[in-house]
Amino acid sequence: MSEQKKTNIILFSGDYDKAMAAYIIANGAAAYDHKVTIFHTFWGLNVLRKNEKLRPSKTFMEKMFGKMMPKGAENLPLSKMQFAGMGPKMIKNVMRKHNAMPLDDLVTMAKEQEITLLACTMTMDLLGLKQEELLDDIEYGGVAAYIGEGEDGAINLFI
Amino acid sequence: MEITKTLDAKGLACPMPIVRTKKAIEDINSGEVLEVHATDVGAKSDLTAWTKSSGHDLIESKEDNGVYKFYIRKG
Repeated sequence: MSEQKKTNIILFSGDYDKAMAAYIIANGAAAYDHKVTIFHTFWGLNVLRKNEKLRPSKTFMEKMFGKMMPKGAENLPLSKMQFAGMGPKMIKNVMRKHNAMPLDDLVTMAKEQEITLLACTMTMDLLGLKQEELLDDIEYGGVAAYIGEGEDGAINLFI
Repeated sequence: MEITKTLDAKGLACPMPIVRTKKAIEDINSGEVLEVHATDVGAKSDLTAWTKSSGHDLIESKEDNGVYKFYIRKG
């Protein structure tokens, strides 16, 4: 095979369904032997949050943001049909029936397939998210990290 | 046709059949044949595209009672 191709996905959305699409594409691309990177920015950072009670030192505003945003993959809302929390319950039920992998498993599989999960540090600062609140073994970067990978990417997506 | 390894991907949904196939083909040597069983209708397009792009050879695919069977020779 020729040089390894690259797939780069910017995950801006913090919606469960959109994040699922991003992670399915990422895992598929990894099966194609692409070097895959998912750049998490803004609401997409919430996919990487640990579902734990952590008390990093924060300003009042950062604490408020932390409380209002979902903690981790399985707590994200849907982009459509949220129905005050009923939507995600229903869709997860249907997913189980069809053997579709839940988002947290897709994240685990992404790590197993050596997909690079990268958190945008600028938006982490805006939303008051600290490194200890995000999953271990992820990378941190900014726009240059994306362009560096993206400029010779076979597939570049913004979700 | 001598089959070196058989992968049961029945009941699995996208993207699992392709992810498992990739893992399974790493366990066999070049020239050996991997047999894949899947029930996902999309698996046919997926595996055809994947084998082509990954340098393997899809030597046969057939449907048997709702189970899709693929025979891939490792490139």
